[in-house]
Amino acid sequence: MATITRRIFLKRFSWTGLLLWALRIGVLVIVLWGSISTLASGRYSASTWLALLIAGLAQGSIYALIALGYSLVYGILLMINFAHGEVFMAGIFTSVFLAEALEESGFLARHPFLTIGALLLLSMAVSTTVALLLERIAYRPLRNAPRLVPLITAIGASFFLQYAFRGFFGSGFKVYPEFGRMMGQWNIFGANIQVVQVAVFLAALVMMAGLYWFVERTKTGKSMRAVSEDKEIAALMGIDVNRVIVITFAIGGMLAGAAGVLRGVYQPQGISFFMGFVPGLKAFTAAVLGGIGNIPGAMLGGLFLGVFEGIGPNLILQGLGIPAANQLKDVIAIVMLVIVLIFRPQGLLGERLAEEKA
Amino acid sequence: MNGEKKPVLELQNVTTHYGPILMLQNLSVEIFPGEIVCLLGGNASGKTTTLKTILGMIVPTEGSVYLGGEKISGLNTMEIVKMGISMVPENRRLFKRMTVRENLEIGAFLRTNGKSLDEDMERVFTLFPRVKERLNQRAGTLSGGEQQMVAVGRALMADPKILLMDEPSMGLAPVLVEQTFEIIQQINEQGTTIFVVEQNANMALSIANRGYVLQTGKIVLADTAQGLLNDSMMRHAYLGEA
Repeated sequence: MATITRRIFLKRFSWTGLLLWALRIGVLVIVLWGSISTLASGRYSASTWLALLIAGLAQGSIYALIALGYSLVYGILLMINFAHGEVFMAGIFTSVFLAEALEESGFLARHPFLTIGALLLLSMAVSTTVALLLERIAYRPLRNAPRLVPLITAIGASFFLQYAFRGFFGSGFKVYPEFGRMMGQWNIFGANIQVVQVAVFLAALVMMAGLYWFVERTKTGKSMRAVSEDKEIAALMGIDVNRVIVITFAIGGMLAGAAGVLRGVYQPQGISFFMGFVPGLKAFTAAVLGGIGNIPGAMLGGLFLGVFEGIGPNLILQGLGIPAANQLKDVIAIVMLVIVLIFRPQGLLGERLAEEKA
Repeated sequence: MNGEKKPVLELQNVTTHYGPILMLQNLSVEIFPGEIVCLLGGNASGKTTTLKTILGMIVPTEGSVYLGGEKISGLNTMEIVKMGISMVPENRRLFKRMTVRENLEIGAFLRTNGKSLDEDMERVFTLFPRVKERLNQRAGTLSGGEQQMVAVGRALMADPKILLMDEPSMGLAPVLVEQTFEIIQQINEQGTTIFVVEQNANMALSIANRGYVLQTGKIVLADTAQGLLNDSMMRHAYLGEA
């Protein structure tokens, strides 16, 4: 009896446990203190917060679309496709050329929506092609290799793609053309909401709903879920596992390509060979945040990260007296990834891997 | 028995290696239409390897496997499954996060007969009324016995020429084991040919027509179920008699 009590006692008061609790409380105190002092200072009005929220949702929906690519591939192959940011970059980078040509010819001014449609098609096609080539050349030959090997290959593929684009198209920044009608603003509850933010958010929602329907309702979607649960048995049921893997990469690529155009319309600046890195990292964070391998998790994680990035720095850091808090939005995103990994490694919606995949 | 009929599934002098290791040695098994045949053996006797060889996951180094007279060894698993072999895997292995209905639909993934999905599902429901009640539940939430029913149902959805069962008694309570073997008998009576791989020799022989006994990759005994139950070596080694 005495030993049992001691064991419970020791377990409860282990140093790691104590440290984790201290960390938890520390995080909570910082967040609360920062938020309260910001709100108390009355620096921002409610309409500013609303504007930040909408901007965060627009940014987050782009993250979500990219995050789905990470999560889908992880769900099927249990591997992180670290070259996915470059899949995204390849699409938007290529579509800039078409956008420039259409702008010069005046087609863009006459048919802005047709132009966006054409850009979407091109960007999605290029991203999908790159994703499929990656799968075929870089990952498939290593399907049965230890898990570290494809991970390193993915990083190599990522560099290869970046520097291939740099080699062919130079390292300068390119700019997406402006779409006149998207530039307007609405005034809602005193907040200035850009039309483009709402458009980006809605477009992403439509695509995510489409994906959800595809995975839940179609035969191919069901075979994807079956393969992600148990490859061996799925093959026994006659599912062509290779085909499912190819489809998964293709869907990830399509979504990344679409995310590229949305990014270009929303933030026309800064299109370069290196532009996939940070969004790729953020989307990976979003996927982990939602629970990697989980489709609604990736959507939710992306939106949450976007909003957190939009509001977090102003809300939490400003109150702590940190100047130019907005510059720290990347920091706050990565800090959140670390905190999630410490306290809830399975993510917001993820189920524990131990029982699922063991 | 069944001397004139052609076997549904036939293994002809199959030898299988796993790397340099000899797994199966000169294995010959015949299963005729409408039969329940069991393959008995202890751990590491080569039971699972036999199933993997039939399903094309391992290619035999010598000998061939025939399904309805057509050679299937050398084809890949998908092609073999498409030709009419279904399997109920060890430990059932349902898609636990998917609903029971979806599990059954996946079972019919390669449907080639003209029948509709609903018709095949009806057939499963007549066998297992319980499955119908659970249709929209996640498979992982079912009890062990119910999961066994779904696993069998899933395999039947493909309308197979022969049903392979890998250790159906594994991990089930004794009552459920009995229930499972009743199920096997029941689907056999409806015309499905069945090949059961089992450790539980008593149970398997109680429903089988014939049996083969596997020991370190070789068939050491082959007889009718009654013959095996009466065999002295069998009684000593597998049926728990001192």
